[in-house]
Amino acid sequence: MKAPAFTYHAPTQLKDALQLLADLPNARVLAGGQSLMPMLNLRVAGPDHLIDLGHIEELKALQSVEGGVLTGSMCTQRRVERSPEVGEICPLLRDAIRHVGHQQTRNRGTIGGSVSHLDPGAELPVAAAALNATITIASLRGERIVPFSDFAQGYLTSCLEPDEIVKQILWPKAPKGAGTAFLEFNRRPADFAVVSVATQIVLEDDGTIAQSSLALGGVQGAPLVLDISGLSGARTVHEGFGEDLLRGLDCDGDELYPAEFRLEIASVLIGRALSKALAQARSVAHV
Amino acid sequence: MSGNLGHDRIGAAMPRLEDRVLLRGQGRFLDDLAPAGLLEAAFLRSPVAHGLIQRLDITAARGLPGVEAVYTYADLRPLMSSDHMPLALPAGGLRHVIDPDVLAVEEVCYVGEPIALVVASSRRIAEDALALIELEIEPLPAVVDPVAGLEPHSPPARLGLPDNLVARTGIDYGDADRAIASAPHVIRDEFRLSKGGGHSLEARGVLASFDDIEQRLTVWDSTQMPHRAKSILVDALSLHESQVRVVTPDVGGGFGPKAVFHPEELAIPAAALLLKRPVKWVEDRFESFTATSGERDQIWTMEMGFTNEGKLLAIRGTLRYDHGASTPYGIALPYNAATNLIGPYDLPAYKIDIQLCLTNMTPAAPTRGAGRPQGTFVMERLLDRAAEKLGLSREEIRRRNFITPDQMPFPIPVRQRDGSTMEYDTGDYPRCQQEALAAAGWQDFPARQKQARAEGRFIGLGLANYVEATGRGPFESVSVRISPSGQIIAATGATAQGQGVKSMVAQIVADGLGIRAEQIEVVTGDTQLTPSGLGAYASRQAVMAGNAAHHAALAIVEKIKIAAAAMLETQPDDLEVSQGRVHVKGVPDHGKTLAEMARALAGAPGFALPGNLPPGLFANSDYMANGLTYTNGSHVCEVEVDPATGTVRILRYIVVHDCGRMINPMMVEGQIVGGVVHGIGATLFEWMRYDAQGQPLSVTYADYLLPTSDVVPRIEMHHIESPTPLNPLGVKGAAESGTIGAPSVIVSAIEDALKPFDIKITELPVTPTRLRSLLRKAKEVRS
Repeated sequence: MKAPAFTYHAPTQLKDALQLLADLPNARVLAGGQSLMPMLNLRVAGPDHLIDLGHIEELKALQSVEGGVLTGSMCTQRRVERSPEVGEICPLLRDAIRHVGHQQTRNRGTIGGSVSHLDPGAELPVAAAALNATITIASLRGERIVPFSDFAQGYLTSCLEPDEIVKQILWPKAPKGAGTAFLEFNRRPADFAVVSVATQIVLEDDGTIAQSSLALGGVQGAPLVLDISGLSGARTVHEGFGEDLLRGLDCDGDELYPAEFRLEIASVLIGRALSKALAQARSVAHV
Repeated sequence: MSGNLGHDRIGAAMPRLEDRVLLRGQGRFLDDLAPAGLLEAAFLRSPVAHGLIQRLDITAARGLPGVEAVYTYADLRPLMSSDHMPLALPAGGLRHVIDPDVLAVEEVCYVGEPIALVVASSRRIAEDALALIELEIEPLPAVVDPVAGLEPHSPPARLGLPDNLVARTGIDYGDADRAIASAPHVIRDEFRLSKGGGHSLEARGVLASFDDIEQRLTVWDSTQMPHRAKSILVDALSLHESQVRVVTPDVGGGFGPKAVFHPEELAIPAAALLLKRPVKWVEDRFESFTATSGERDQIWTMEMGFTNEGKLLAIRGTLRYDHGASTPYGIALPYNAATNLIGPYDLPAYKIDIQLCLTNMTPAAPTRGAGRPQGTFVMERLLDRAAEKLGLSREEIRRRNFITPDQMPFPIPVRQRDGSTMEYDTGDYPRCQQEALAAAGWQDFPARQKQARAEGRFIGLGLANYVEATGRGPFESVSVRISPSGQIIAATGATAQGQGVKSMVAQIVADGLGIRAEQIEVVTGDTQLTPSGLGAYASRQAVMAGNAAHHAALAIVEKIKIAAAAMLETQPDDLEVSQGRVHVKGVPDHGKTLAEMARALAGAPGFALPGNLPPGLFANSDYMANGLTYTNGSHVCEVEVDPATGTVRILRYIVVHDCGRMINPMMVEGQIVGGVVHGIGATLFEWMRYDAQGQPLSVTYADYLLPTSDVVPRIEMHHIESPTPLNPLGVKGAAESGTIGAPSVIVSAIEDALKPFDIKITELPVTPTRLRSLLRKAKEVRS
């Protein structure tokens, strides 16, 4: 379990990194290394060139902007977790990030690394799906901005071209009176999720549901956004809502967690997450 | 006894001597050793569970810069005294002796079996070279299930064998057939029990170096049994005893697998002999999952007969056991399981047919608990079922069947592996259970449970009792030497893997000599410094090496007194040894230091030795086992189950434990906690899975889940001390005991929590998927 030989590059400017990525054959970018380093050691990844983004300051931004929170792709998960502003502006991101790995891995792991890698068990892509976060992608050819719904294409697959790097992610600001919840099923608290649910609910002044969104992780290759607009105008979520919502849905499964089991868990988590988000929205409204 | 030395006396919670080094990161583990000219090795391993090697071309690999050698079986065979590794432990029931091969000859029999060995300037280059070896294997049908593998038309797990029944043994006493036929109640069940591997923090590793001038082979081996390793190396490589030294550096955990001699432990020394350069191999985790022995499935088909009052009449059944692809460690494991089933209960008749199936999976061998948790599981589950059938409480049915202290010693008509008859020595099983129930608030629990259910929470309480045969012989050695400089060295054949063996030996010797434990240098696991020894297995070292240390300390004190009596012109009985001196009782100034005594006994040219004693201040003890001594315990655990997701959370865990006299209660508690955690892992998390072709499915710690600190509750402990008369210290083993009760007690608690659904758990591990499946079936049955 020793990584095969590769050439290591440590650019300090984004443009230099993009140049290397455009020029070098069989190159990969290294973010926090929490997935790529084990893949190298297991020899399931074998790049000839590794371009470390860890020395590029402009990718490490964390700032509140007009529409929400802007995280540079190399901003560490731990920094986001500890930012009081993130909790206020984008509580679902904070909820999700608390489930990501261990504190030790969050010290290294980055927002961009997790969102780009698109592991079906990862939490951040599910939160990004629920909020439809906006991804800024850079290459020598210029920048483009894509919504997460176009960014995630499938299992471990994004819309990134080989010469592109995620530059930053805009996490939309939660509307006033929003309630959020991120719940996951796993065997130990720090594990990847087997199934995860991210949801955000906004109430009308009269306490009925105005808007709501929900995304599921672990049932298909990429995070799945479910249409729960039917809840608009409702005051409560009826029992069996999750089951109804998932009826007929294609679900991945394996021997350890078969599709039937994942769907059962997903429906339980949907019910619990919506109740939690609703209760939170109510408590915010009453403050 | 001097007051300020109290914390080094037997029975005191002395801080471990090892920790000063190990906790500061100053340990020297195998991978820390880097002699000049070191080469590193990697193994090409079988990618299939069963097949015949058609082509093995190492040309390209040999040509890679940095590669020193690539060896196949044909390259190593000239060094070997026999075709296979000469290591079968004696075992009566073996039908086929299948010693592993140093490297695969032609047939590969499990994924991970070593086929070729690359030696290079670095492990990375060695791994690069592995990718250049051209290997073609014609696949053969794989045996992956010990029940199907024993069917008449099963394909063979190894070509040329008439069947896969590698061994058959059993227990048969009383008249179980008649007792079951006439029993008022009989319950039947089948259990399929997995148990995980050892998973020591430090995986295996070997470093071998051949000194061409001295013609000596030194092997540093992360093993539990260096003396056995030496003897196998001497046999296998046809070397003289004096040419081979095996040393264990600091070892980061053993838990069983490192008691087994694996092919790499022979291949690496062979490579060092051929290359005349030091060669090191450090196992990586993938190798650890596939090439290191561990435990696997046991399938029990059992019946229990009992009276209207819940008294046991007989147990009868069959145990089919997945033995893996060879017999590296005899057949101890399922036999342990079967004998441990009896537990603290008076079982009048017992008949079990134990069938070991050869399969195409990694050879199975003991890990902590060594089959006992599974045997205990079967008994404890059957008792819960019987209690339910009779409307008795779970504690009452146990109470009615306990062997009581006034029945001790209690013989059981079962033969041990060593031929002796099983006999429980001491222990108060009813009291142990009673204390556990009291500590857990057992009587008040139903009210709490009712309250929780009203809130929609499902909590449950479980109970399990067990015994464990500890202190397996035949012997262990400790020698104590006081040198003329005053240094005190205790050398032992016992070995240390982090459990505190050095502290244990030092504490006992310090007690005997009346000095501080830290004044004693304890040497473990070096065949050059201890000519004989066995090492770590079967919860034995405190019993065996502990009593050897005690004997050696007493013997050296005796010698000091005789010599000092001659020098001080008094009688030995008038002297005492304490605080590093021998002196006249009550007159501390009138005496000699131990260093002075060592100098006197070292001799001077032409002068007689004091007391006409033989030279040297030295004593050796090879303590011989006087029969197994039985540790026992009662566990109670409280769980909360989320029926919607099948998730189990352990809320409380209580152990009442009796390992006789405790040498160091703090170390005993450390062992119990570790044991329970291993048991929690085996019950709820750990699962070495294979697919239908024998491909391992859980080969990283993302797929194979160890119990982490965030899923393990605080373990509450209480002790009873029933000293054994079988050894002078009165001690019993404690290293595996914690593991044994855990699966039974957790499952008992889960079933209790889910009583409204009436589910019965018969498989380990208990996963959310399995629990949900049981709950779904229960719901279907009701609707």
